[in-house]
Amino acid sequence: MDQLAAKEANTAKLPPPDVLAPVQEMVRACIQCGTCSASCPNEFAMDHTPRKLWRMVLMGLKDQIFQSKTFSLCSNCYYCTLRCPRGLPLTEAMDALKQIAAREHLAKYRQSTLFYKNFLRSVRRHGRVNEMEFMAFYFAALRNPFFPLRFAPLGARLMLKRKVSVAVPLTARRPLEAIFRKVETLEDRP
Amino acid sequence: MKYHYYPGCSLEGTAREYDLSTRAVMTSMGAQLMEIEDWACCGAGAAETISYLLSLALPARNLAIAEKQEDGRDILVPCSACYLNLKKVEEKTRREPELLDTLNSILAEDHLQLNRSVHVRHLLDILANDLGADAFRPKVKNVFQNFRIAPYYGCQCLRPYAVFDDPETPYTMEPLIEATGAQIHPWNLGGKCCGASHMNTDMDVNLELVTAILRGAKGADAIVTVCPMCQMNLEAYQQKISRRCNEDLHMTVLYLPQLIGLALGLSKQDLGLNLNLSITKRFRATLHF
Repeated sequence: MDQLAAKEANTAKLPPPDVLAPVQEMVRACIQCGTCSASCPNEFAMDHTPRKLWRMVLMGLKDQIFQSKTFSLCSNCYYCTLRCPRGLPLTEAMDALKQIAAREHLAKYRQSTLFYKNFLRSVRRHGRVNEMEFMAFYFAALRNPFFPLRFAPLGARLMLKRKVSVAVPLTARRPLEAIFRKVETLEDRP
Repeated sequence: MKYHYYPGCSLEGTAREYDLSTRAVMTSMGAQLMEIEDWACCGAGAAETISYLLSLALPARNLAIAEKQEDGRDILVPCSACYLNLKKVEEKTRREPELLDTLNSILAEDHLQLNRSVHVRHLLDILANDLGADAFRPKVKNVFQNFRIAPYYGCQCLRPYAVFDDPETPYTMEPLIEATGAQIHPWNLGGKCCGASHMNTDMDVNLELVTAILRGAKGADAIVTVCPMCQMNLEAYQQKISRRCNEDLHMTVLYLPQLIGLALGLSKQDLGLNLNLSITKRFRATLHF
């Protein structure tokens, strides 16, 4: 049983086969010029360049794409979208890959997925994000007791300035509940 | 001059001084800001990583509420991330009418409807184009003579939609800064990326980007920003970065309306100057007005 669980954790569940189709549609006209790679501020930290990633998308190399950190390192600066000579929505294509990774709960992207999901969890509860609550959700979900230490000095400074407060509103008014629900229905998500 | 006002979540928390200084400067210039009633989160950088529809439905709700309020056609948005999210709805529904129908089917759950009758504007656009440097110049009481200011625009007020500035070589802040009497720090990092929320998920990568920006600003007296995310990334990790590269990269970082407000003679309290995380002793000492 333990072995099975370990195996499952190692081989992160891969998305179903047609999941790349909408992303392929977005980058179909890519001419592999590399303007995106040359414009990307985070390219230095990526295992595959953006140019290569688009080729991998068109070739349907799902396993490699969802083993790569490239799309999760996109910081949405929109330089590639602005400069792409084919006018492709490259930043949105990066987002589309992030959405697949989040939907499929891929272990490799656990940290950034948990960050954004917990942000939205706080938004769903209160309508506006409560920065302290959301970071607490995020740290709790990561289950790494040392990780929050990186943010402790900043948290303390922000509290001293009364920019964040540990007092989270007790009653969740949920003004966005209807919108969240309807989106889930339309996207056929539970 | 009347504007709908969408502060966004950061301006109620970590960027309170951006809210204070925006209101103070706009009011002192005779503009009226009408905060959108019951506004909610625009989805920030989070919704677009989880759901495409949600990333448009959340900002659409705020636009629909603004439409119901009387007066004012323009929504003033100081946060660049909020600005882009709201702007995206405006731009995309113009090009894709069927998207407008989908969004309205979602908004109907909240008894709202989007008619595309309001216009999303960034604070910088309004300061530079509705007011303009010429409007500020005669009102300047404290001249920032011998100050050198590095204008930092970040990404999302410039790209992907080139609405009011050059998305490659931005310049709209320059006349505003010069109106305060300060000089422009010559650099080409004004439109580069601060790393955004990578600070929370890939800190080491993000610190590289911020290091390059702080290094490029050396020689300036301050960096001015127009986005809470840029501001936080540039001001909050300076000690960590200075220690990492064994180089003093401490630098004053102000919001643009804080600089303008100081020049206009508004009080440091009204501009929330006590809330900034990085104002160097040297910079404070020179602010003797």
